[in-house]
Amino acid sequence: MKIAIASGKGGTGKTTLSTNLASLIAESTAVVLTDLDVEEPNSGLFLDGKLIHHEDKFKMIPEWNKTNCTLCGKCQEVCNFNAVMKLGEMILVFPELCHGCYACSELCPENSLPMIPKKMGELKHFKLPNLDFIESKLIIGEEQAVPLIGQTIKYIDDRFTETEFKIFDSPPGTSCPVIEATKDADLILLVTEPTPFGLHDLQLAVETMKELKKAYGVIINRFGIGDTKIEQYCVENNIPIIAKIPNSRKIAELYSAGKLLYNELPEVKIELEKVIKFIQKYQEEIV
Amino acid sequence: MKILLTAKGTEWDSQMDPRFGRTEFFFIYNDETEKVETFDNRAIENEAHGAGPKTAQKMAEFGVNVLITGNGPGGNADTVVRQTGTKVFVGAGSMTVKEAYDAYKKGDLKEA
Repeated sequence: MKIAIASGKGGTGKTTLSTNLASLIAESTAVVLTDLDVEEPNSGLFLDGKLIHHEDKFKMIPEWNKTNCTLCGKCQEVCNFNAVMKLGEMILVFPELCHGCYACSELCPENSLPMIPKKMGELKHFKLPNLDFIESKLIIGEEQAVPLIGQTIKYIDDRFTETEFKIFDSPPGTSCPVIEATKDADLILLVTEPTPFGLHDLQLAVETMKELKKAYGVIINRFGIGDTKIEQYCVENNIPIIAKIPNSRKIAELYSAGKLLYNELPEVKIELEKVIKFIQKYQEEIV
Repeated sequence: MKILLTAKGTEWDSQMDPRFGRTEFFFIYNDETEKVETFDNRAIENEAHGAGPKTAQKMAEFGVNVLITGNGPGGNADTVVRQTGTKVFVGAGSMTVKEAYDAYKKGDLKEA
């Protein structure tokens, strides 16, 4: 079962929930946690695993070969991302804008734009007791998160066919990287905070998940600050509120020290157990 | 010599558009013929990606020698602008087109 932890608003506690939930599940069941926030992965700060595998990840981009090029301009015509451009007697390629769709390369009548691999990031696989942790990270200057997220999910799909729980720490927002990170998930946990920004971005995230036809529920983090509008919104829209993680200075202190929360804070453990129950219940329903 | 100013309108007293890639208009002044031509670039709003290089390519079609703008082209657009040999002057984002042109003539704008 694939569980994606997403949010809309950044900084609401996706990583806190991901790392704590995965670690607590791992006390009884094997689990894979994957950090798909490839622009700034940080789950690894909270998990002290042993690096067992490390690989470079590549995307394919076109490279101009001027020998047979007739400067017909077909390549720039078919590029939806302005990544290939005819300028005077030259064809310019902007690798960071390229989505690796092959259109220019395949449709070039002279085969003047062969695709070549370009390193976009790195994948690391760490091992902890009962817990595999995988993170991918884009290299500096790389703009496209989607191809790396897709390849990272493939790494999981290829290796963990038997593992019962696969947790994906997703990027924030509601744009392409989030879609890529959540589109294969069975269940989405949306983490939010009880503030106007939290509510606004939660609504966007909910709309996105409806569009994707996903099952989802809400976890309110830093519960106790702000107002009660998140709860009203969830009740009015029949969205399950799975858990409420309290706002507390102690949590912030543990977090800033890179520590997990539930061993020291029973009030957090209770909430995580509610999340696990929700997941199990959902699992029983879909079987 | 053709001088392109990124602008929010098509008049000398229009405000400059501080953005290069997503500028609303080109205001192009030819200081030899003293003629002004303008180009409506607002279709660029529909481009989710690569607005900078696309606008730079459009600029190249006009055969411009000097670009005056606010923040200056970003990395990809800059690659195109440099290919065309256009000189770039920045820091005119909060001026009118006339003020920006005068500042350029007086040497008050920074060359990027």
